Amino acid sequence: MVNFERTDAPGGTETLLLNVGPQHPSTHGVLHFMLEMAGERVVNAKPVIGYLHRGIEKLAEDRTWQQVMVLTDRQDYVAQFSNEWAYCRAVERLAGIEVPERAEWLRTLMCELNRITSHLIWYAGVTMDIGTLGTPFIYAWETRERIFDFFEAVTGARIMPNWMRIGGVRTDIDAGLLAPMRAFLADDFPKECDVFEALLTGNEIVVSRMKGVGVYTAEECIHLGITGPFLRASGPARDLRRDAPYGAYDKLDFEVCTDDVGDSLARCRVRLRELRESARMCVQLIDRMPEGEIAVKVPRALKPPAGDCYVRTESPRGELGVFVASDGSAKPYRYRVRSPIFYNLSAMPRLLPGHLLADMLVIFGGIDTSMGEIDR
Amino acid sequence: MSAALWVHTVVGLVALLALLAGVTLVGVWWERKFIGHLQRRRGPLHHGWHGLLQLPADMIKMVGKEDTVPAAADRLLFQFGPVAAIVPAYAALVALTFAPGVALVDMSHGLLYVFAFETMLPLAFALIGWSCANKFTLLGGLRAAAQLISYEIPMLLAALGVVLAAQSMGLTTIINAQTGVWYIVKQPLGFAIFSIAMLAEMNRSPFDLPEAESELVAGYMTEYSGMKFGFVQLAEYSVLLVGSYLIAALFLGGWNMPFLPASWLWLALKIVLLMTATMWIRGTFPRLRVDTLTQLSWKWLLPAALLNIMLVAALALALGPKLY
Repeated sequence: MVNFERTDAPGGTETLLLNVGPQHPSTHGVLHFMLEMAGERVVNAKPVIGYLHRGIEKLAEDRTWQQVMVLTDRQDYVAQFSNEWAYCRAVERLAGIEVPERAEWLRTLMCELNRITSHLIWYAGVTMDIGTLGTPFIYAWETRERIFDFFEAVTGARIMPNWMRIGGVRTDIDAGLLAPMRAFLADDFPKECDVFEALLTGNEIVVSRMKGVGVYTAEECIHLGITGPFLRASGPARDLRRDAPYGAYDKLDFEVCTDDVGDSLARCRVRLRELRESARMCVQLIDRMPEGEIAVKVPRALKPPAGDCYVRTESPRGELGVFVASDGSAKPYRYRVRSPIFYNLSAMPRLLPGHLLADMLVIFGGIDTSMGEIDR
Repeated sequence: MSAALWVHTVVGLVALLALLAGVTLVGVWWERKFIGHLQRRRGPLHHGWHGLLQLPADMIKMVGKEDTVPAAADRLLFQFGPVAAIVPAYAALVALTFAPGVALVDMSHGLLYVFAFETMLPLAFALIGWSCANKFTLLGGLRAAAQLISYEIPMLLAALGVVLAAQSMGLTTIINAQTGVWYIVKQPLGFAIFSIAMLAEMNRSPFDLPEAESELVAGYMTEYSGMKFGFVQLAEYSVLLVGSYLIAALFLGGWNMPFLPASWLWLALKIVLLMTATMWIRGTFPRLRVDTLTQLSWKWLLPAALLNIMLVAALALALGPKLY
């Protein structure tokens, strides 16, 4: 039972308690918002989470280190590779495993492609929330599908790849695949980005609805532990890919996209620029992909020495942290995920009051949630 | 009433009902096809020629659905809602003239009559929204009422420009006055205002606030199922039809076509094109916010409509009513 204290509405009238979700066209999964409304204006907002809880962290304690991999895909089903990688890095650091260079490059490549698909899902969602009939939605879906074809060619699966392994990756990329991948990312994708930008930030109605809506300053963001594009749209150029590089990021030339306004429109601009930036990184990765092994031999009954470790990675939504603790056995003693969206979502009760119901969905769509990762 | 008048009335009413049902059914199909192609899809394809058999299937589905009434709803008003929506929508069709002399009732003040009934629709929507005892329908109904107050005035003022120029409120007279030059050429500002306000009257994107799917699930009709939903849909499509008709009749010359003989075909063609244009807009634009719509109406459309009337009146005075 969730407690909800009502405040007095202006003019001595009663407020309305509106439950948006868990079954609602715009809650991106099963988020539940309890909104206290004065007419169309939000007075108080409270997100209710937990509808998608599958107990992934507890399940992990009953599996071997390698078997946990299949669960990480299902944490955030929109950014699968990022979640796999975060777990892999944690275990590899704990067990002291060196990953071959080609594997690191392959992981970086797939992760950046995954960032594009994840941002495309955000794009599809936010354009629906703002009231289009789904034309930009379908366009984004089409592009995402082309990248999924590459995922399928490399890993054998589109959505749940289960591709990374402790010590490397499961399958190598086919040499013949690099050329069409490069052609798509270097030639077609920027053109499609032009279309995406024209339909979102280039549209007068969208700008009128997003400008100055849901402004959040850098201090407030840092205070709440908000990371990712949400934080970068408010000014700070914080990106773990540059600040604490892992994989092949330190060998790539890329820009950390920021904006200084901090409203919903700025968040859109940052993500749209990140789309192009990720494609640029992928092209560099394809051009300079080193040769070599894709995995090192790791004992089937992997037993990392007792201890714990925490790694941070930059998922499409922000700082994805993984904490693993080992008691020296073949199963993790504790597996814990720091979900970036959980922290980003905690800004909602402060951001929403004072805005209209229509704004609420724009702000909420703009933070790019994925309930699977919050509830786990 | 004489027997001939009875026959004329009954046949006319049935024909209008058939027209409305036909436009709704084909309109739904065409909208799905058109927007499908807009989105690089192909729309319904599997049943019949390009999915045409989808229409009877949809109809059977709609009739066969369970008719649910929410427990907390005001039962009487809930049942009455679709009737309140369909009756004015149907009644407005009576005054439309489709070709010279072809109308059920060719009224001398037909425009006034059509507007009077069209205005009653948002009231029915507000009633429906309130009767369902659902917060989403309530918000949708109130939005419909707010929208009515915002766009109705500029729309009527823009139409008044045409009335001034034609010196009549009869639809036949207005259309016949455009045998030479259409009013879109003489009053482009009025046309723009009227079209924008008409889009709002039709509840079409970017003004589909009362049924904003991403915000209010389905707005005022969230709780309706089966044929009740069907009736509300029918009312919506009738506004689309009447709205497109009014734009075509007031500004695009009705059944007139330059250098070609007048025919109802031109009118039908214009209506189809206008309806398709609203679908195109619907497939492209996002929704306006509630306050933006009211601001647009009061701050821009209303002064522009007043300016339009003054311009028309001044020109008519300067050039003489017959010349203008």
